[in-house]
Amino acid sequence: MTNILLITFAISLIFLAVSNRLSSYITILAFQGILLFGIAFIELIEINWVNLVFVLLETIVFKTIAIPYLLNYVVRKNSITRDTEPYLPDFVSIVLITTIILGSFLLSNTIHDPNVRKIFLVVALSALFTGLYIIVTRRKIITHVMGFLVIENGVFVLSIAVGSEMPMLVNVGILLDIFASVFLLGIFANKIGDVMKEQDVEQLSNLKD
Amino acid sequence: MALFQSGIIGFYLIAAFAISFLLFFNRNNRINYLLTILFMALQCGFTWHEYNHMNTIELVYFTPDSLAVLFLFVLSIVSIPAFYHSYVYCHSKQENPRHRGIYFSAMVLLLTALSAAYLSNHIAITWIFVEITTLSASALIYHRRNNRSLEGTWKYIFVCSISITLVFIGILFLSVAVQQSGGTDLFYSQLYRKAAGMNVFWLKLAFLFIFTGFTSKAGLVPMYTAGIDAKDKAPSPAGALFGSVLMNVGFIGIFRFYQIISPTSIFPWANKIILITGFLSVFVATVYMLRVKNLKRMFAYSSVEHMGLIMVGLAVGGIGRYAAILHLVLHSLAKPVFFFQMGQVYRIYKSKSIYDIGDYFKYNLSGAMVFLFAFFVVTAMPPSGMFVSEFLIFRSLFESGHILLLVIILLLLTMIIWAFGKNIFKILFIKPINFSEENLEIINPVESLSQFILLAMVIYLGLNPPKEFVNMINDIISNLPK
Repeated sequence: MTNILLITFAISLIFLAVSNRLSSYITILAFQGILLFGIAFIELIEINWVNLVFVLLETIVFKTIAIPYLLNYVVRKNSITRDTEPYLPDFVSIVLITTIILGSFLLSNTIHDPNVRKIFLVVALSALFTGLYIIVTRRKIITHVMGFLVIENGVFVLSIAVGSEMPMLVNVGILLDIFASVFLLGIFANKIGDVMKEQDVEQLSNLKD
Repeated sequence: MALFQSGIIGFYLIAAFAISFLLFFNRNNRINYLLTILFMALQCGFTWHEYNHMNTIELVYFTPDSLAVLFLFVLSIVSIPAFYHSYVYCHSKQENPRHRGIYFSAMVLLLTALSAAYLSNHIAITWIFVEITTLSASALIYHRRNNRSLEGTWKYIFVCSISITLVFIGILFLSVAVQQSGGTDLFYSQLYRKAAGMNVFWLKLAFLFIFTGFTSKAGLVPMYTAGIDAKDKAPSPAGALFGSVLMNVGFIGIFRFYQIISPTSIFPWANKIILITGFLSVFVATVYMLRVKNLKRMFAYSSVEHMGLIMVGLAVGGIGRYAAILHLVLHSLAKPVFFFQMGQVYRIYKSKSIYDIGDYFKYNLSGAMVFLFAFFVVTAMPPSGMFVSEFLIFRSLFESGHILLLVIILLLLTMIIWAFGKNIFKILFIKPINFSEENLEIINPVESLSQFILLAMVIYLGLNPPKEFVNMINDIISNLPK
């Protein structure tokens, strides 16, 4: 079951590469939240229930409801255009994301370790690099935040993979999530919207030498 | 009594957070003064207490070892003038009480988080407090609330968030290695004991991620950019903190992990990585120093250069390690001098560009003296204490046979001194363009006093280091193999 969820998660990454609308990005992020909920529920059922409730709350309340809502709010309030405006055509994106997944697959296969299940590592690494790829190739500030959230999801998968023995680490990861999502996103994406008309990264290139 | 002992840090954290909270909501000028003075007293008292109770575990997760206590002292020393200059800054700008409240609240929070991160003996706790420093620092950078400070804040938060995520991934990999070697938790002392039995592959991965992550705070090569913008856009007293004590927290993150891997077989490999990073930092700093036209950014790049040298010293070993710690302490005392003085420069010229600033001797004699002395101190000319530490770093390079590297670094440093000197002497002696002397603000010489004291400390600590100070540095590096 976990495998199915993880593979679906990897497919959602490919879908991210080709979708062109901010609203579908937000939907995918919410969907990934549900997938993470499922994975966390199955994997962490044995640890003590306080931690479990904490993790589940985080995936459902934050990743699936609060963050997509906040993103939607920021998009609507600042009337950001719906296109994600990638620098590269979709075809290149899909090839690159597939390469990323293939690459993480090959990389994970070189590791022989009974403590870490490979499929988790593959998905986590792919999410990590996909997030970085989205940050690098999209023009809007809000898509940078979304790329960061994809990285966060990857880290979450990784922390479940290695953290089932160390629930404290999972909790710390959640702290990172809450910090990043609430603070980074909410306040500053909004502030930038108040100050600047166009929400492009080109607007943020005054500081240089 | 034992409970009381371990309660001190709890008391400190609660009191400091309470002060920060009250400052946030307080609008009254006098109460604001009172609260910050209270915090300074708390900070100094706490530092003194930790000094007297070295190596006792407090509240499970905090241990005041030599490294932490040394940095706590530096933090307390730098924070006092930082608060003073913040008041001068707020007063000269007729600050809105709400913004002022947020500013001081964020500064108290930053200093508290830094102290806790220094003292932490658990890698995850360090991580959490480093994360809090990002939060509070960004509030300080955003203080001016204009387009450019917004840009600086955004970049700072974004880069720091990504790097703190990298550190977290590193900790996850480390936890894999720990589980294999039979460990159960991530206390530094336990990690150090178990390190020799850990899987080399995971340890290498963990080192790469943690090191890269902390470079954003330490101001080293891959992630140094965020720190530059932060120091430029933040009000100068906050910039002084970013240029000194905040960089120390990045160093502490790197150094503690460096200690953990020191008994393992990957130690020479890690040294190589650190050496390359250090050298690249010096190189990048040189490139930017030669072309930068904004004074504050120039000081920020100078910090990158010094951190690079410190890393080189650490990596080559021998006397270089001692010199690296000494250099770090002296740099954290010397660098704030420039930022504190920069606040006064900005009030006279309303600009940070070297084209608009000039003839500083005429407009602010004491401030010009500060710049002149600070230039000699920071570029490590005798009698500066940094001369001693840099000299020892070069000696360690020589002794370990890195002659070519030494020659290149010396050439780069010469270029840095030339660029630094060209700009400093330009603003001291050459007349500014289009500068009108109407509405000229007269700066009280008292404002330069704190900088003279800091510079005197740098000279004194380098030339005649107190025995206790030397012992502490030797204790810090005592864990590392010969």
